[in-house]
Amino acid sequence: MRSALRHPSFMFGGVLVLLLLVTAALSVVWSPYPPGDIDVPHKLQLPSAAHWLGTDSLGRDIASQLLVGAQNSIVVGVIAVGIGLIAGVLLGALASARRGWVEEAVMRASDFTFAFPALLSAIMLTAIYGPGLFTSIVAIGIFNIPVFARITRGAANAVWAREYVLAARAAGKGAWRITLDHVLPNIASVLIVQATVSFATAILAEAALSYLGLGTQPPQPSWGRMLNEAQAQLFQAPQLAIYPGVAIALAVLGLNLMGDGLRDLLDPKLARKR
Amino acid sequence: MTLFLLKRVATFFATLFVASTVIFAVLELLPGNAAQVMLGTTATPEAIAAWEHKLGLDQPPLQRYLNWVGGLLQGQTAVSYSYDTPVSQLIAERLQVSLPLAVMAMVLTTGIALSLGIYAAARHNRPGDVGVMVASQLGLAIPNFWFAILLILLFAVKLQWVSAGGFPGWREEDGGGVWEGFKALLLPALALAVVQAAILARVTRSAVLEVLREDFVRTARAKGLSRRQALWRHVLRNAMIPVLTIMGLQFANLITGTIVVENVFVLPGIGRLVFQAIANRDLVVVRDVVMLLAAVVVIVNFVVDVLYALIDPRLKASDA
Repeated sequence: MRSALRHPSFMFGGVLVLLLLVTAALSVVWSPYPPGDIDVPHKLQLPSAAHWLGTDSLGRDIASQLLVGAQNSIVVGVIAVGIGLIAGVLLGALASARRGWVEEAVMRASDFTFAFPALLSAIMLTAIYGPGLFTSIVAIGIFNIPVFARITRGAANAVWAREYVLAARAAGKGAWRITLDHVLPNIASVLIVQATVSFATAILAEAALSYLGLGTQPPQPSWGRMLNEAQAQLFQAPQLAIYPGVAIALAVLGLNLMGDGLRDLLDPKLARKR
Repeated sequence: MTLFLLKRVATFFATLFVASTVIFAVLELLPGNAAQVMLGTTATPEAIAAWEHKLGLDQPPLQRYLNWVGGLLQGQTAVSYSYDTPVSQLIAERLQVSLPLAVMAMVLTTGIALSLGIYAAARHNRPGDVGVMVASQLGLAIPNFWFAILLILLFAVKLQWVSAGGFPGWREEDGGGVWEGFKALLLPALALAVVQAAILARVTRSAVLEVLREDFVRTARAKGLSRRQALWRHVLRNAMIPVLTIMGLQFANLITGTIVVENVFVLPGIGRLVFQAIANRDLVVVRDVVMLLAAVVVIVNFVVDVLYALIDPRLKASDA
C-alpha cells in the first residue's frame, strides 16, 4: 500500500480514474441541466456561470453532457472488458489445463479473431442489426476475448509448471480444482493489469464508434458523438471540439498510467529492482 | 525454417478461409434476411422474393459461399446494388485514396517513432528521454479522430493553410494533381501516424535499451567503437526484430484508423465507401470491403512473421 502511494504514475493515473468514476456516479443523481434539454435561443454560448462550459448548437449544456457521457464510457468499458475477461479467461484456462489439441484449437481461434479489429466487427454487426450501444459493446467485447485468452493461457502455463501445482496433482486434485485454487489466484495480477489497459482501449473504441454514428445513439450523450457534432460547428464554435476530446484523453491517460503502475507494483521482479 | 514457413503458410490460408466463412455467416446467414435488410421493413414479400432471386439468396448457402469466394479468387465481384457497379471497381477507385494514405501514415509513423525511440534510448533517464516518454504517454491517450479534428482546427480554421477536408483527385484534368492530392492526404496521414508512433517509439526505446545491455555491445565498445558507432552498427539491427513485429500488429490499427480518419476529412476512400454502404444497406459492398480489410490484416501479419523468421537466426536454428 505504501509503495502504491509512492508510485507517481499509479497515483496520478489513480486520481484521474477516481475522477472519472466520481463524475459518472455524480451524474446519475445530479447534473447542472438535463443533458438532452434543448434551448435553441441560448445556443453556442461561451462558458459562463450559468453554463460552465457553454452550450452546443442546440443550446444543450456541455458540462451536463460531459458528466452524463462519463457513465456511457464506464458502462461500455465494464461490459466489453467483462465479456473479454470472462470468455477469454475461461478459454485460456481451458487451453492451459487440457493442453494438446484443445490448446491448439483455442489459440488458432484467437489468431482468427485478430483478423477482425473491433471496428470491422462493429461494421458487420451494424450492417445487419443497425447502430447502437449494444452492437458496439458486443464488437469491442468480442475483440477482447482473444486478448484475454492468450494472456491467461501464457500466464497459466507458467503456473502449471510450478512445484506446488505438481504437489496438488499428486494429492489427487483435478484440473479444474487446481485451476480455481492455484492457477487463477496466481495469474489474477496479470489479468487486472490487462483489464485496466483493455478498459482504456474500450473507451477509445467506443468513442470512435460513436463518432462514426455506429455507437451510442441520441438522446444518450456520448463523448464520441459530441465530437462528431462539434466538427460541424468547427468554424463558429471551435471550443466545442476541445472538451469531449480532453475528457476522453484524460480517462484513457488515467487508465493507462494506472495499468503501468499496477504492472510495476504487482510484479515482484520489478518491485525488487525498485 | 522450412517447417516454420510451411506451418505459417498453412495457418495463413486457414485464417483467410475462416475469416471468409465468418463474414459470410454474419452477413448472410444470421437472422435478418439480407434482402429484407436492404429493402427495409415495409417491403412486400414479392419484392423481397424478387431481390432474393437477384442477389442469388434463393440458392443453397454453400453454393452462395462458393460462388462468392470463387468470384473473389478470379477478381470478379458482385454488382453493388446502390452504385450499380461491380464492387471490385468501386474498391479499386477508393484504394487510390486509402492506399497512399496508409503508406504515408506508415512512413510517417516509422520516421517519427524510430527517431524518437532511438533518441530516448541514447539519453536514457535524462530529460530528453523523460520528455519523449511523457509525449508518447499523451499520444497513446489521444483518439486519432480527435487529433485529426485538432489538426483541422489549427491548419484549416486558424491558419487557413489547407482545406478542412475533401480530396481533389490525382489527375490535373479533374482539378487536382499529384501535389494537390499529396497535400490533401498529409494531415490525415499525420493524424494517423502520431498516435501509432507513440506506441512504436516506446517499443523502439525499450528494444534499443535491452540490446544496449547485451554482452556483444560491451565487446564492441571494448574493441574501441564509440557509443554512437556501436548503436548504429550493432544495436539497431538487433533491436529491429521486436520493432518489426509491433509494426505488423500496428498495421491492423492503421487500417481501422484509416476508416475513421477518412470520415473526419471526408476523403473518398474505402472507409467512406463502407459507411455509405451501411447507410444504403448495400450488404454486398460491406461484405467485400470487410473481407478485403480482414485479408490485408492477415497478409501483413503473415509477411511480418516470415520477415521475422528471416531476420531472427534463432528461428532458423530451431529447425536443426
